[in-house]
Amino acid sequence: MSSLINLIPAPLWHLIMIVAGILAIMVPLLVGVAYLTWAERKVLGAMQMRKGPNVVGPFGLFQPFADALKLMTKETIIPAGANRLLFVAAPMLTFALSLIAWAVVPFGEGLVLADINVGMLYLFAISSLGVYGIIIAGWASNSKYPFLGALRSAAQMVSYEVSIGFVIVTVLLCVGSLNLTAIVKAQEGMWFFIPLFPMFIVFFISGLAETNRSPFDIPEGESEIVAGFFVEYSSMAFALFFLGEYANMILMSGMTTILFLGGWLPPIAIAPFTWVPGPIWFILKICVCLFVFLWVRATFPRYRYDQLMRLGWKVFLPFSLAWVVLTAGVLVAFDWVPK
Amino acid sequence: MITALAFYMFAGVLVASATMVIAARNPVHSVLFLILAFFNAAGLFILMGAEFLAMILVIVYVGAVAVLFLFVVMMLDINFAELRQGFQRYLPIGGLVGLVLLVELMLVLGAWVVAPEAAALRQAPTPDAAAMSNTEALGRLLYTRYAYLFQASGMVLLVAMIGAIVLTLRDRPGTRRQSVAVQVARRAEETLEMRKVALGQGIGEEKGVVTHGTPGLRPAEAAKTATEKAEVR
Repeated sequence: MSSLINLIPAPLWHLIMIVAGILAIMVPLLVGVAYLTWAERKVLGAMQMRKGPNVVGPFGLFQPFADALKLMTKETIIPAGANRLLFVAAPMLTFALSLIAWAVVPFGEGLVLADINVGMLYLFAISSLGVYGIIIAGWASNSKYPFLGALRSAAQMVSYEVSIGFVIVTVLLCVGSLNLTAIVKAQEGMWFFIPLFPMFIVFFISGLAETNRSPFDIPEGESEIVAGFFVEYSSMAFALFFLGEYANMILMSGMTTILFLGGWLPPIAIAPFTWVPGPIWFILKICVCLFVFLWVRATFPRYRYDQLMRLGWKVFLPFSLAWVVLTAGVLVAFDWVPK
Repeated sequence: MITALAFYMFAGVLVASATMVIAARNPVHSVLFLILAFFNAAGLFILMGAEFLAMILVIVYVGAVAVLFLFVVMMLDINFAELRQGFQRYLPIGGLVGLVLLVELMLVLGAWVVAPEAAALRQAPTPDAAAMSNTEALGRLLYTRYAYLFQASGMVLLVAMIGAIVLTLRDRPGTRRQSVAVQVARRAEETLEMRKVALGQGIGEEKGVVTHGTPGLRPAEAAKTATEKAEVR
């Protein structure tokens, strides 16, 4: 084995390791996305006293693959008046953006592809780019409903990003670093959702709006604008939007976990909990967040558009701004500012 | 070697996409090329080790400003062929203005003398790159050393923001605004009136009394009044 390593030059070996790391993240993530769609239908089914998918495979476990095969074999339809290049590029952009954010996510102590100094800013930047896939899709379709959906979505995502930004600032004040590993390590004594509980709630709700999930799924509100920005999409292009949405849900849950639920840390740092490896804790916490995503969808009706804007700008923004000031004040007053 | 290669790639794409911003026929394509230019500029920042600036460039310009550009450009129905019509007629005067500006710029740049102590002044507040990350260094400069200037620029932005709000805020008469507090505080007694209706006579045409179809009735209440009416019958 060592002779094999010596055969390959060091930069190439480095490249191979990076590609292997990317695969090690992407493959489980895509399987996770596939089973999230299955879990959503099962959970919604259980909450509505139905069975959910139960025909394909045991407990319907092969349903995601059946769906994928179906979508792949369907015809790709590009509307006559559409801007072909952008029409095809938009779903790819959405899907790619939902994947590249994972480069900086720490799965455990040192288990991270790129441990960059400004990891939190990188995540924020990538999540703020998500709006482009939607807005380009809406415009390139050259049709009324997609365009309306895209405009709604752009306004919604820009609005909720502001309060997400303030929530992140609050956490960063308590950590003193933008590095995601440092953020998790700062929670070794106490997870941030306890001292910053209101911010945790604001972040989670803004996360629902940012990922266009119910009750904030007005960009695709089917009762008003059919399916919003992806009315004209079919086949794999549609599938990419679909996968992108679910990958974004997992990413948002991952962000919630890192910022507020202690990342890979066990709940209590004593014997039976510390035996479980960090990545398992991380995945478990993500699953809990995802379950709440699905639970919310089964529970709440869709927000009206003006009420959604009101919640974002008139409730969350002032509230999170006040909490930034309060947190900074408390940290300075008790001399708790991290060095 | 790889760094140099990356630099030429980012710089090349940056210049090319910046050219396409003004050359593209479709304004939406122009904005998309502008976004590409922003990304490559961010790449250049990262090559220089200024990771914070790179991320802020992406968040602020790509994530917010360019979205609004795209918004406006998509909403406006501009016919660019029409705009280009007078191109040849206005070319001489436009070219003259451009030439004058170019000559003036060259004169200014030719006569430019950098103060001899400028390099030392710039060096002083910049900490050693190895000692702290550039996020921290920027924070120290902005919030500690130049705190008052920072606050002053914040004030300028605040004034601009208030100006924008004042310009666009208007009260249209006749619109019905939702007041959440009033809605939540409303009680059933204020909106509902229960009547015993005599058999075969109906409720009569009294002034100002709304008999049914009261607006804003919650479904449960509506059902209740309906069953009561049925009982009376």
